[in-house]
Amino acid sequence: MGSYIPSTAQERQKMLSAMGMSSTDELYASVPESVRLKELNIPSGCTELEVREKITGMAGKNKVFSSIFRGAGAYNHYIPSIVKTITSKEEFVTAYTPYQAEISQGVLQSIFEYQTEMCQLTGMDVANASVYDGAVAAAEAVFMCQERKKQGVIVSGTVDPKVLAVIKTYCASRSVEVKVLPVSDYATDMEALKAALDKTSACVYVQSPNYYGVIEDMDAVVAASHEAGAKVIMGVNPIALGLLKTPGEYGVDIAVGEGQPLGLPLAYGGPYLGFVTTTNAMVRKLPGRIVGETVDAKGKRCYVLTLQAREQHIRREKASSNICSNEALCAMTAAVYLAAMGPKGIRKAAESSAAHAHYLASELCKIPGFQLVTDKPFFHEFVTTTPIPARILEEDLAAEGILCGLPIEEGILWCCTELCTRKKIDELIRVIKAVCQEVA
Amino acid sequence: MASVPAELKYTKSHEWVKEEDGLYVVGLTDFAQEALGDIVFINMPEEGDDVVSGESFADVESVKAVSDVFSPVSGTVAEVNEELIDEPALINQEPYEQWLIKVKDVSDTEELMDAAAYEEFCANEEE
Amino acid sequence: MELLFERSRAGRGMDLLPDCDVPEADFGDELLRQEAPRLPEMAEIDLGRHYTELAKETHGVNDGFYPLGSCTMKYNPRINEELSGLPGFTAIHPLQPENTVQGALQVMYDTEKLLGEITGMDSITLQPAAGAHGEYTGLLLIRSYHLSRGDVGRTKIIVPDSAHGTNPASAVMAGFSVVSVPSNDDGGVDLEALKAAVGDDTAGLMLTNPNTVGIFDPNILEITKIIHEAGGLCYYDGANLNAIMGVVRPGDMGFDCVHVNLHKTFSTPHGGGGPGSGPVGCKAFLADFLPAPQVRMSDGVYSLYAPTNSIGQVRSFGGNFLVVVRALTYILTLGREGIPEASTNAVLNANYMMSLLKGHYDMAYDTVCMHEFVMTLEKLKHDYGVAAMDVAKRLLDFGIHPPTMYFPLIVYEALMIEPTETESKETLDRAAELFLNILEEAKTNGEELHHAPHDCYIGRPDEVNAARKPVLTYSFA
Repeated sequence: MGSYIPSTAQERQKMLSAMGMSSTDELYASVPESVRLKELNIPSGCTELEVREKITGMAGKNKVFSSIFRGAGAYNHYIPSIVKTITSKEEFVTAYTPYQAEISQGVLQSIFEYQTEMCQLTGMDVANASVYDGAVAAAEAVFMCQERKKQGVIVSGTVDPKVLAVIKTYCASRSVEVKVLPVSDYATDMEALKAALDKTSACVYVQSPNYYGVIEDMDAVVAASHEAGAKVIMGVNPIALGLLKTPGEYGVDIAVGEGQPLGLPLAYGGPYLGFVTTTNAMVRKLPGRIVGETVDAKGKRCYVLTLQAREQHIRREKASSNICSNEALCAMTAAVYLAAMGPKGIRKAAESSAAHAHYLASELCKIPGFQLVTDKPFFHEFVTTTPIPARILEEDLAAEGILCGLPIEEGILWCCTELCTRKKIDELIRVIKAVCQEVA
Repeated sequence: MASVPAELKYTKSHEWVKEEDGLYVVGLTDFAQEALGDIVFINMPEEGDDVVSGESFADVESVKAVSDVFSPVSGTVAEVNEELIDEPALINQEPYEQWLIKVKDVSDTEELMDAAAYEEFCANEEE
Repeated sequence: MELLFERSRAGRGMDLLPDCDVPEADFGDELLRQEAPRLPEMAEIDLGRHYTELAKETHGVNDGFYPLGSCTMKYNPRINEELSGLPGFTAIHPLQPENTVQGALQVMYDTEKLLGEITGMDSITLQPAAGAHGEYTGLLLIRSYHLSRGDVGRTKIIVPDSAHGTNPASAVMAGFSVVSVPSNDDGGVDLEALKAAVGDDTAGLMLTNPNTVGIFDPNILEITKIIHEAGGLCYYDGANLNAIMGVVRPGDMGFDCVHVNLHKTFSTPHGGGGPGSGPVGCKAFLADFLPAPQVRMSDGVYSLYAPTNSIGQVRSFGGNFLVVVRALTYILTLGREGIPEASTNAVLNANYMMSLLKGHYDMAYDTVCMHEFVMTLEKLKHDYGVAAMDVAKRLLDFGIHPPTMYFPLIVYEALMIEPTETESKETLDRAAELFLNILEEAKTNGEELHHAPHDCYIGRPDEVNAARKPVLTYSFA
């Protein structure tokens, strides 16, 4: 059996004796006898070598695809080697939340740098130190906009359904109504938005590029919403912002998103990184930790957790969010990733992802039965029809080590990143053609 | 402790009040600011909001704490001291010069103390 | 230390991605950002050195003793890190077909079974990303349960005044109002106050046991009975589970629902504030409300399903999976014997350290403690003007992370010490000696302590100015 307890049996006995005790049972005298557990019904412990074999065996039962054309909220981008090296440093990995600024300047400064980078990327003024994931970021942002007289929440029907589900969960428990707008040709129905807005509308949440990959008309969304006095929350893909117009440029109030594409592995869904950026005007509505710059007693520049009176450990039942632990190491990962990529690298990743997606779309559409479902502009995801059942295609592609686009109600949702090279796309097309022929 | 101005009235939750041109002006006492420590932010109500006697209408943040500010009167907020939103430290510096809100259409007033009674009240609190 | 942006030099960078091998996509100017983001432009060596410098100014468990009460800063085994980094785990997409992720589903299924047994619960969800997220999820189960029975008047959650701030905050997020009950003189729940607080409107109780003053409430069975008789449910905040694993189970104490913190009790690292993982367990009668998706197994084949009356989703995907891999590695390593041994030694270490300090420092509650204990420095502050903060800050000079300060709120000038089981006797002896030395300094040269720490990279920061005039991003010249 494994154990990480340094003290030997003799040392433990010594400690007990020093306290005038003879057995560790005495330590648990306050636990009622009737509920004392005799023995845990779990397997005996094992050595490091044994556990390595067990866990490695489980890892081996997962299929690692060599080509991934699936996104839908989790994106397979290249992770520079230095990212993992830096974020594996034991000091960062094993530190607690940096409440003690004097011995936490490293973590604090890294969060400050992360906040700055996220603001640069989104064009917003301020960022928090992270929340759990992109969906929770959207839900938390909705509650940043709640005012006494304005509580209505409007969500475009084109957002990621998982994000919508989380927003609904968060709103249902606080009895906040969520209006979901109909979809018009794979984009937000602007007429429906205008009709839904009134003076009780607190906020409008629109994702762009949306779930179907379509770049939304954010100018129109912002104009309509602001005219009605509602705030705009924009869900973004951080890689896309290397190229596309920023939430700041559109003039939204809050930009949120899933930070996973910024150097975090797919990892079967987590840990990921929810980021929230906003305007100076809304800084005190931000949930979670925030790092600020200040000076120490001698005037030296330093960093601290600040604006803490917003948070649950001080405000308790009056806090607008309960978040405590966040995704700090994931935020550091994103910070290192962005620093490694630099302005040119992030643009290249965005351009390459978009270019490959457009190449794939044009190649796919040459196969009878595959058609883009809309001619609206898209970034690195798009939906096509399929002439054969998506599940069959998925299975046949899997046999070739290729993860197919995601089968959805409307067809197949495809995604390309810079890792989907021309060679991989050509191979995908070749296999699809073969499958089509076979089925036909 | 700084002297307690004689012309003001006081609450047990350490707000001061004075009547001025038909409006009730509300601020925090020196005792309150001393207990709160360095004030870093004030969450203010908005003009037109209703306030209720004995209920919180604002909260005051220090670095590691937050405290409610209670309204001594019921009425409608006529004016908010915007300056405090940018410079909350002013409350620490001159509590009796800095009002938080002015209230109009006052319908109800909490039982208030005069300066002497409040001074005695504070002396007991400190023990 | 320079910031990334100050180290940046125009034109520098790393060659990471090949030139695009297909035609560029044409978006037209309208859709493009007008200015490039001002991200750092750095050579790899400079980027590496930057973070090495930052790492040197960061104190982790691997750097020294970390007796931070309520946080369970135990050792984070290396094997957990290595195994969670296997490509079979890191390179799988969360929306892969189930037949291609059988290993991942097995990780989840096995972890759920093990956590269920350790907590005495019938079902577990691994979705919540942290303890507070777990609290929220658990409270939604309680809410859904009452509503499903048409019991719509149960709107209040009872929380002891010693609770973590997340408890009341989570309750409000879940749509409840909060009723605070006072603690008794022994640090436990005041039974009379509890009886007076319950009623037809009681949705449930949130309780940490051992509680935040490090005491196992001897009235626990009475407490859960009072709540149940009033028609409420009992929620167990697993923040302090490290004291009692394998000794007693929340499920046997009368709790209906529980969250555990994998990043405390199950040795996964804190990462400077996260990612954590806060699985929620519940009794069978609540299982149908769990968030979707859940994992099940039939004939050795694992699959996902949505419980019929699910509260919905609380996050995008199935949980902080790589954190779960680490926790599973840990639980399998310790096993049947090692799990209770860890808790017993956490309690032993805490009591031993308390015994070394007792008689010098005042204990808030003079009794056998669980995995942590709380000292009150009220008298020291009164007699010598030295506050808990001063003592804590002085510890920094000696490479020890301070205990938790000023929590729980019901103890004045509190210092809460949690050594954990992974510290040796020498570490505890040495730390206790330091505490006593600092006490001596407090009595002889208290003024000096107000300026501690003396030997850290920075002195005490000006937090007032930071909050009054927030500077939250770098200002580019």
